[in-house]
Amino acid sequence: MAAVPTKPRRRPKLAVWKFSSCDGCQLSLLDCEDELLAVAEAVEIAYFLEATRAEIAGPYDISLVEGSIGTAHDAARIQQIRKQSKVLITIGACATAGGIQALRNFRDVDGFIRAVYARPDYIDTLATSTAIQDHVKVDFELRGCPISKEQLLEVLNAFLNHRRPVVPPMSQCIECKMHGTVCVMVARGTPCLGPVTQAGCGNLCPAHDRGCYGCFGPKETPNVAALTKQFAALGRTDGDIANALRSFNANAEPFRAEAQRRETPPHRVPS
Amino acid sequence: MTITETAPSASRTIKVDALARVEGEGALTVRVKNGVIQDVKFRIFEPPRFFEALLVGRPLTDAPDITSRICGICPVAYITGSSQAMEDALGVDVGDGIRRLRRMMYCGEWIESHVLHAYLLHAPDFYGLEDSIQLARQAPGVVERALRLKKLGNRILEVIGGRAVHPVNTRVGGFYKSPDRAAVRGLIEPLKQAVEDSLATVRLFAGLEFPHFEPDYTFVAMHHGTDYPIERGRIVSNRGLDIAIADFEQHFDEEHVAHSNALHGVMKDGSGPYMVGPLARYALNHAQLSPLAREAAAGAGLGPVVRNPYKSIIVRAVEVLYACEEALKLAEDYQELAVPAIDLPFRAGTGTGCTEAPRGICWHRYGVDGAGRITAARIIPPTSQNQKQIEADLRAVVQDNLHLPDDKLKWRCEQTIRNYDPCISCATHFLTLTVERD
Ligand code: SF4
Ligand code: SF4
Repeated sequence: MAAVPTKPRRRPKLAVWKFSSCDGCQLSLLDCEDELLAVAEAVEIAYFLEATRAEIAGPYDISLVEGSIGTAHDAARIQQIRKQSKVLITIGACATAGGIQALRNFRDVDGFIRAVYARPDYIDTLATSTAIQDHVKVDFELRGCPISKEQLLEVLNAFLNHRRPVVPPMSQCIECKMHGTVCVMVARGTPCLGPVTQAGCGNLCPAHDRGCYGCFGPKETPNVAALTKQFAALGRTDGDIANALRSFNANAEPFRAEAQRRETPPHRVPS
Repeated sequence: MTITETAPSASRTIKVDALARVEGEGALTVRVKNGVIQDVKFRIFEPPRFFEALLVGRPLTDAPDITSRICGICPVAYITGSSQAMEDALGVDVGDGIRRLRRMMYCGEWIESHVLHAYLLHAPDFYGLEDSIQLARQAPGVVERALRLKKLGNRILEVIGGRAVHPVNTRVGGFYKSPDRAAVRGLIEPLKQAVEDSLATVRLFAGLEFPHFEPDYTFVAMHHGTDYPIERGRIVSNRGLDIAIADFEQHFDEEHVAHSNALHGVMKDGSGPYMVGPLARYALNHAQLSPLAREAAAGAGLGPVVRNPYKSIIVRAVEVLYACEEALKLAEDYQELAVPAIDLPFRAGTGTGCTEAPRGICWHRYGVDGAGRITAARIIPPTSQNQKQIEADLRAVVQDNLHLPDDKLKWRCEQTIRNYDPCISCATHFLTLTVERD
């Protein structure tokens, strides 16, 4: 079969940006050992500080953004990145929900800084850690703390080929059923956020005999209140429930709202 | 990234606005006037994430999962150190089976992290290349070997921990589920291949060219009579320090400086900066290496102490070899755990934990109350301990290399920082915190 002549095509420019984070989601890209060199052939890595000192000026065809916005400087920087990016994809719980560092949104940050730094005047930070979507338009959000590398490759592949990524918004529960994992909540009474958490990790926690702790964030239209009622029936206090919802996706609205409701005793609801 | 030459030969400023091939966000400014260094600042501007404050009030069982998010490159260091500290506070001993399984998992992290750093982030410096993709074009076999090794490191993490980045199977007291024996045995053949690959790695890096530079470092590392230090031991130095990990705070402290979001580690005796990481571990534990690792080191021209920080790339390769052999041994001996985790008797107390992260000692202390809640947290990661030493190295390197043109000098400075494999994301999250209240 004769090779079909193809017109030499400019390789799309990929940039990887980091905000407040642990670097784990970017690392997931470097962890694609079998595909890394193919990815590097398919795109031109124009900016990826963790991997290269080479920097190619924008605009960029695809920007992957890791991390949350926690300083005024970063709030300005994401605007610039948006302007230079045709497609902007956020990767991970930090970028899509503010990450674990968003736990500070529920506390007094000035108090933190005074309590922990000898010289608070040296510190420049916002009182909140927020998602990229709270600052600029985002074209696609990839969930997880960290993201799944299979999903990352799927998303890159999809955008390079101008199609929607196949990243189903179903719940972890469905993954358990698909893997034949026995329900840890029904069989053993272990609290599990699986019913309200988006699938994608590959059914990791229940397959390791523990409840899901929600690192992929809320699924589409989750019924968090119904689930926490079950947690309460299993003997968990409101404080335990608020803690469970306040982890890597604490600032994602469905988790945030239910944690707040559980935390506020009914008689203290403001009149 | 800019270089400003204000008045050639009289005044130079070397600036690296955003440091590449390190984890997290850092920058460097060096000011030179009339051939004399005025100022060296290695800045870490990664925003603080307040981990220690966020932990207070949470269940102590949350600590491994939460602290692992400090760093995606070395989550096992945080999982292991925080779990140990909690077990210490509760007065429980997890026993040998769990301890050995943790050690095997930690070997996976050493392999993955060292190979990532040495081959993909550090080696390009020695070849004058921007990154490992360029390296892959010139020497595909070398990068393929690197990826094969790194993948195995990740595979070990997956088999034991359930996930390579931020494992899910680990908990205070042990593991949620005992790893499947067949899966662990499935690591044996690839580990045998990895021993060969790491020997080739040591030989490859031994052939690199190294700048002449051999400071008289104060090395600080863990030390254990029989094991090369990974997850247990005392804390020792080459200047006679020998303490239990619980006594760390009596000898070490952290300073807050204006130019960095990371605290700087110092020794309380005022003796200046100190170095943690592969060079320190190697110098203080040469006798605990395996015979094969010692032989490979000697073959690479290394004595029992290495002071040239650029040669840390060879020492990392030697440690990868050791970690592969050690993981192989542990995999061959592995028996499934009848009880994957021991019960936690909650009680009030304080506990400390310390392990050798790939970049050096990572120390933890927590206070807990009788209800199993965290009342205080302090975490001192390796990169903040190394910061003062990084600045001292830069000062000396710039002084020795003032004749180099700016772009070369800048690159040499970056390479000097990369010798330390600094995990900047780690270094910013650590704040001395006693108690924090809403
Ligand atoms: S989402 Fe999780 S893994 Fe990803 S950068 Fe944030 S803390 Fe790290
Ligand atoms: S089961 Fe839940 S917590 Fe566990 S890895 Fe998957 S999404 Fe994350």
